[in-house]
Amino acid sequence: MIRAVLLLSFLCATGWAEVAVPPLTAQVVDQTGTLTGEQRAGLERKLREFELRKGAQIAVLMVPSTAPEPIEQYSLRVVEQWKLGRKKVDDGVLLIVAKNDRALRIEVGYGLEGALNDAVARRIVSDIIAPRFRDGDFYGGVNAGVDAMMGVIEGEPLPAPKEAARSEGGNVGQALPILLILALVAGGLLRAMLGRVLGGAITGGLVGALAWLLVGTMAVALFAGVIAFLFTLLGGGRGYGYYGGFPGGFGGGGFSSGGGFSGGGGSFGGGGASGRW
Amino acid sequence: MRRFGIAVAALCTLLLSGCGYNELQRRDEQVKAAWAEVLNQYQRRADLVPNLVNTVKGFAQQEQQVLTQVTDARARAGSIQATPELVDNPEAFARFQAAQRELGGALSRLLAVAESYPQLKSDANFRDLQAQLEGTENRIAVARNRYIRAVQEYNVTVRSFPSNLTAMLFGFKPKPNFTVENEQEIAKPPRVDFGTKNK
Repeated sequence: MIRAVLLLSFLCATGWAEVAVPPLTAQVVDQTGTLTGEQRAGLERKLREFELRKGAQIAVLMVPSTAPEPIEQYSLRVVEQWKLGRKKVDDGVLLIVAKNDRALRIEVGYGLEGALNDAVARRIVSDIIAPRFRDGDFYGGVNAGVDAMMGVIEGEPLPAPKEAARSEGGNVGQALPILLILALVAGGLLRAMLGRVLGGAITGGLVGALAWLLVGTMAVALFAGVIAFLFTLLGGGRGYGYYGGFPGGFGGGGFSSGGGFSGGGGSFGGGGASGRW
Repeated sequence: MRRFGIAVAALCTLLLSGCGYNELQRRDEQVKAAWAEVLNQYQRRADLVPNLVNTVKGFAQQEQQVLTQVTDARARAGSIQATPELVDNPEAFARFQAAQRELGGALSRLLAVAESYPQLKSDANFRDLQAQLEGTENRIAVARNRYIRAVQEYNVTVRSFPSNLTAMLFGFKPKPNFTVENEQEIAKPPRVDFGTKNK
């Protein structure tokens, strides 16, 4: 009885049992075990190189089934969570395959709806990928589909990809508030206890060390430390002109660099095409 | 004196944001943006109609009735002035919904008819149009879902304490949402790919 009530409340809360969106771990997420490790690595390398060259992010997701949702609805949930493509450029594409449903879809980000429009996506789905899937050649279908999509996107003028160096400092934006509060609180306390110069020096050192830990860039850490020192030395309590002192223009990072892969914050509006085989 | 002025300004800001005034503004703008997207996608569908009708006409002259239905439905849907203010008028909103639903129905009948014309089905132009129509129906479903979410958030803000007092004071009213009886329809993008059914 209790179990029934629990089940009912669970169903009410979630609507129905939807297939969970898998975490984005790499360019190719295969939950069906269809692709061999080698094939996956090859695809991932190709997609990573394409992203470095062109900026657009393409990902492949293979799931057993999307039931009870139609593939369109599921795939939109996936891209809303994965956020493929760069922020504001919205140049992300997802090729999703629901193997047991025998359904596939190309989900296109806002920024690529012009080049990879519905008709083109449909042709790639039904003329390039579906025939190979029908023959049981899943790797061949995905590979040829990815090639076709890259070919289409290649012709689209997109903003140049960011320099790799910029993305390294990507977490400064998140670290800033912590540093700010630390500098304010610790600075005030230490100044009261130890006097201006000593308190300022210790605060500066602390903030600098923390900045170095959080950001990993020496120059930024030094800068933050010096600012914290000056702020404590010259005394707070007189307005907050201090806020402007921190370097702006960081943040907006989180872009894939190095080994991992993550979405860049692109958005989707349901463009693309679906098909079956 | 100047300090007093700053204090008053700060107090006002605190009070207003504490009462959800900023929140109301933000949610209101979100609803407007989501609605604009819904309209945008409906317009996109309407723009596809003439091309589609002409293409089908070339292959299936005898299906006059279905073709006329689509053209009429498009004209009716287009005759309703879809201004952003429509959102604030529940009656006009319902009429607009009905007209769009009618156009959607007429279009899927047209595609069903097209099934019995193999030449039409294999026509490249028709296939492209069909893909565009499918894509647009899906975009409409997405835009509607996002609108529903935006309105929900807005309405919760308008009705919950203490922001409801601010809402009353500044004339923010709850907005109509897509009705419950077509919830099923909203949840699924309409299926228009008849290309696979007969295989």
